[in-house]
Amino acid sequence: MKKKKWPEAWHEVNPGCIVFAPANAREYHTGSWKAQRPIWDDSKCIKCGICYIFCPEGCVTQQEDGTFRADLDYCKGCGICAHECWPGAITMIEEG
Amino acid sequence: MAKRVGMEVAIAAAEAVGMCDIDVAAVYPITPQSHIAEHLSEIVADGRTDAEFVTVESEHSAISCVAGASGTGARVYTATSSQGLMLMHEILPIVSAMRLPVVMGIANRAVSGPLNILNDHSDIMPQRDNGWIAMFTENGQETVDLTIQSFKIAEHPDVMLPCCVNIDGFQLTHMVEPIEFPDQKLVNKFLPPRKPYATLHPDKPVSMGTFAMSDIFPEVMKAKDEALKNSKKIILGIWDEWEKMFGRRYRPVETYCADDADVILLTMGSMGETAEIGINELRKKGISAGLVKLRLWRPFPFEELKQAVKKAKILVVTDRAVSFGGPGGPVASEVRAALYGEKERPLIYNQIIGLGGRDMAVSDFVAMVEDAVKSGEKGIIKDYEFYGVRG
Repeated sequence: MKKKKWPEAWHEVNPGCIVFAPANAREYHTGSWKAQRPIWDDSKCIKCGICYIFCPEGCVTQQEDGTFRADLDYCKGCGICAHECWPGAITMIEEG
Repeated sequence: MAKRVGMEVAIAAAEAVGMCDIDVAAVYPITPQSHIAEHLSEIVADGRTDAEFVTVESEHSAISCVAGASGTGARVYTATSSQGLMLMHEILPIVSAMRLPVVMGIANRAVSGPLNILNDHSDIMPQRDNGWIAMFTENGQETVDLTIQSFKIAEHPDVMLPCCVNIDGFQLTHMVEPIEFPDQKLVNKFLPPRKPYATLHPDKPVSMGTFAMSDIFPEVMKAKDEALKNSKKIILGIWDEWEKMFGRRYRPVETYCADDADVILLTMGSMGETAEIGINELRKKGISAGLVKLRLWRPFPFEELKQAVKKAKILVVTDRAVSFGGPGGPVASEVRAALYGEKERPLIYNQIIGLGGRDMAVSDFVAMVEDAVKSGEKGIIKDYEFYGVRG
């Protein structure tokens, strides 16, 4: 079942669309816009972190073993990480 | 007993603002509004009101400045005219969507081109659909009263919408008129400090002017429309309160000799007073004429208008602006739409008058009504005419 979005009805909208909860932007999953997603081949990764630096969304983070992953809730699938990756460890695949 | 003084109406508008305990004003001077800007800056500089007067570099900055200040919970005022209002356009729907109770005085002036500084309504009409409460004043007294009332209306917790007071440029702004200023203590009682719904304060973080895509945008638009429609009953209540405290009565639609009239003239703004004399002349000639004056333009007073014209056979709607290539004047267009569903409705003639400050005399209003009566008798239908245009 589709998750109920809030506010559902026009009269539930806060006057002026004011949002009272701080740091709420993270609740908006911009990752839903993407058409492609990045896939890492960790065997090729040299752990340079260029994907982390270039990600315009700031959604790439380093894992404990030093390799990287994108938070797909916020990754818009732009492919900049794949384009910038020196050893070609990142491929963009079609979003299913 | 309040004292009656002779004062230029633009100066009086600034004096009225000075009585409202504003916090921030940002006003960029433009003819014929400049006297409001100048005099309000003097009132602030002289310490007669404890406010910040921000000398901005444009009208776009003026409206942006007061919008931001309003977001912090301040009571704010700005004023403009014509090209200045056009420059503000981008921000106007944002102010209403953010439900910021900004009050703005507009010294109505023709929009260029050709360049013309005199009065008509071509500046406010393109701003019709921005979600602002819009009122028109007919004289200096109304200008003072509506300016003070506007703060209370705009800031009311069930309204929270910006409000503009339209004052005909020159015809009103530059006239010296006898004006009764209300007692400051009574104004303080009528208009207590603003209680904002939310403010920009670090201790209580909120987000204003948020992002809204197609999954919520239509609901926000519906909410804005409902808020503006709902504001009418609050406005009526505030006008009742004003009447009790200050003795002057305000209604969304004012009538003069209209109850039994066969032919009704409809005006908006300062020309109503000249038109009243025209009605007297017509009555002397045996023509059953009356006058209806629209004070409230947004929210549009549908019911009051229907009531006011229900017995009339002919309705002459005057417009001070043109919807080029469209149905004539915007006022007539709306009046026609408002009456379309009525079983019995008057024949409507639309006269576009006083463009770019073209003077309208009593005889012009008489002639317009007589012409409509003749056309009505012959059953001639006319969409709209440019009254008195040569050729």
